[in-house]
Amino acid sequence: MTRITVGPFNRVEGDLEVRLDVESGVVVRAEVTAPLYRGFEQILEGRPPLDALVLAPRICGICSVSQSIATAAALRSAIGVDAAPNGLLATNIAHAAENAADHLTHFYLFFMPDFAREAYAGHAWHAAAAERFAATRGSAAREALPARARLLEVMGIVAGKWPHSLAFQPGGTTRAIDLGERVRLMSIVTGFRAFLERVVFADTLENVLAIADAAALDDWRDGRAGDFAHFLALADSLALGELGKGPGLLMSYGAYHGPDSPLFPRGLFGARSAVEPLPLAQITEDVSHAWMHDGSTDPAHSTTVPHPDKPDAYSWCKAPRLSGRPVEVGALARQVVAGQPLLTDLVVARGSNVRNRVIGRLLETARIALAMEQWVRAIRLTDPFCHDARGFPDGAFVGLVEAARGSLGHWVALRGGRIERYQIIAPTTWNFSPRDSFDIGGPLEQALVGTDVGDAGPRAVAIQHIVRSFDPCMVCTAH
Amino acid sequence: MNGAEGITNVLWLQGASCGGCTMSILESGSTGWFDELRQFGINLMWHPSVSEATGEEVVSVLEAVRDGKVRLDVLLLEGSVARGPNNTGRFNFLAGTNRSIYHWILELAPLADYVVAIGSCAAYGGVPAAGSNPTDAVGLQFEGGDLGGALGGGFRSRLGLPVINVAGCAPHPGWMMETLLALTSRELAAADLDGFGRPKFIADHLAHHGCSRNEFYEFKASAETMSQRGCLMEHLGCKATQAVGDCNQRSWNGGGSCTKGGYACVACTSPGFEAAENFLETAKLAGIPVGLPTDMPKAWFVALAALSKSATPRRVRANATSDHVVVPPGRGGGKRAS
Repeated sequence: MTRITVGPFNRVEGDLEVRLDVESGVVVRAEVTAPLYRGFEQILEGRPPLDALVLAPRICGICSVSQSIATAAALRSAIGVDAAPNGLLATNIAHAAENAADHLTHFYLFFMPDFAREAYAGHAWHAAAAERFAATRGSAAREALPARARLLEVMGIVAGKWPHSLAFQPGGTTRAIDLGERVRLMSIVTGFRAFLERVVFADTLENVLAIADAAALDDWRDGRAGDFAHFLALADSLALGELGKGPGLLMSYGAYHGPDSPLFPRGLFGARSAVEPLPLAQITEDVSHAWMHDGSTDPAHSTTVPHPDKPDAYSWCKAPRLSGRPVEVGALARQVVAGQPLLTDLVVARGSNVRNRVIGRLLETARIALAMEQWVRAIRLTDPFCHDARGFPDGAFVGLVEAARGSLGHWVALRGGRIERYQIIAPTTWNFSPRDSFDIGGPLEQALVGTDVGDAGPRAVAIQHIVRSFDPCMVCTAH
Repeated sequence: MNGAEGITNVLWLQGASCGGCTMSILESGSTGWFDELRQFGINLMWHPSVSEATGEEVVSVLEAVRDGKVRLDVLLLEGSVARGPNNTGRFNFLAGTNRSIYHWILELAPLADYVVAIGSCAAYGGVPAAGSNPTDAVGLQFEGGDLGGALGGGFRSRLGLPVINVAGCAPHPGWMMETLLALTSRELAAADLDGFGRPKFIADHLAHHGCSRNEFYEFKASAETMSQRGCLMEHLGCKATQAVGDCNQRSWNGGGSCTKGGYACVACTSPGFEAAENFLETAKLAGIPVGLPTDMPKAWFVALAALSKSATPRRVRANATSDHVVVPPGRGGGKRAS
């Protein structure tokens, strides 16, 4: 058996170290390390509650709005106020823009460039993949980056700027939109749809979302242009549907909240291939292999105190568990929990894997592009965007949202008008968690086991595909 | 800097970072950031978010620089330098190298013609240095507003410049690109930096300049709660009259800025901005904001504020506490021919 170390691991938003035990060219055990700890939970302790709106979003520059609205949701429940309906719509529009931009960034800048690697030079498709997707040189970025920048102009109207805005408050959003601005928002959203239909899908979003099952996807793909079909061809050539199987449980806290129900519901997709209610009280954090001191396993009561020399620990990341089990989160999980027909069919047949995670992200992008059009239309221009919200009681409060990469929770305890404790479980905390005290590995650790790395060792591209298929955000992971 | 091959070798590393500065700079360039870099002869030797090279390929890039085999023209660091625990830097190690970013930076910085801190974290410590500063996070050459930091106050890069601080959280993409391009053309000298190492073309302005709420400021017609249109200085914590940056003379994300977005400037370009409390509430003494413009006698400010408040037009006063325009300009004034 040989042990190989992979790192620095780039195009993962932050840094990552993966250690693999390999026997006869096959991974038999994986350890995943988050190499960065900044201590946001410690930094937030003792602060006035609203300061969290300034500090917590700065955990992450790629999902800053998600962090903002998790804070705002927790503080909103503390104050006991409803957000203004327009504020919820404006939040959804900005959040969707961030999430769609993240999905595009992941697809074009983080994930696809690996197909341009020299290791694939022997494949007939390599020249076309390299021309299109090679890191910093491919033709795709020339279209995707301006489309991303244009989409993020939503932030200039709704949120002032991105990343790191203070527009998302417990009572709503800080900037009322007038008619001219609504038209500008619609222009951006319409332009984004046009980019998706021309460049990504080579079809209308409605047609893409009407693909009902795996067989229909194969029919749709044949002979089609666009980068999604390009990916599907590469995925089939490399059997990416067989690579990087997740642990089986898929979770979503529910996303894009309106006055009534969220656009994508909350739930758990389990072993019986059905969506079940999510037992939120069963969320725990295990620190047996994290460089952290023991404490409560309940995020509502735990603290984060580093223990850098702890024996047997190998990551700054804690190990979140749901009813004691590791759980995979992300766009695929969110869409399967939401009952999206194609993704449900794909997951029932083959589980979560590299191919399905990427398909999940792109189909979700199509869905939220359509939802953005609805939200922009639904703004009532003469109604308020923000309710007055002040006065913090003592108590424990939770803000649960879905970031692009999956379920994000902020657990906040307030006392005497100050933050007593603040605990954050980010999406990649779930996906890239270390082992727990039962020696059960996190989702990525499980997904890597069984991977054939052959003679390539740490250079095996399969490892790159599996890791990046989760769209990890390592800066969020240990925060 | 257009050395022998006319190519500028640029290395971008991330320390204790959120990655937001990279997310910002990816908005740069009409056909994307990569095209823009190429057009100016910039060779991005490695960037953690966008380069193909990974694992041992990256380590060879860093070792080639360290061993003097490859020229390093500009070293950029995004994120604070986490020196803890106990100066080991283990809170932030570079994966696969068993070595901290802190120690990599100590080794690489003296080899670069220019060293640039991207964002307020790399410049001054930033948000990771807030509160108890659990990781002993500092900037490259500052700890908050004090000289020092990871490299020390006396550090000079190979061309004799201190660390160039592109402050901001996150900085405007233009601030980062203009600084980099000014270095590429060797147009930025030590004299072009202010006392906190910030390029003067950014730092000679105040975030207040060009604020779309200027009429409300003039009349001290103030917003009282979030989302109202009035000036944010009197009640809602705005520090734009004290914070450097041409924030309101530029367009953020196609037309925004913090104050246009309806919330206070938190002075993210200032060393130690993260140490403040109650960011969205103006600290006052005897009813007068503590943080007045720094170069104006307080008595004059108070007198002028009282005078302008008494002269505030009804339109401005009404709009200041509304989230929509409730009294448009021009009523009772110049009549429009119809």
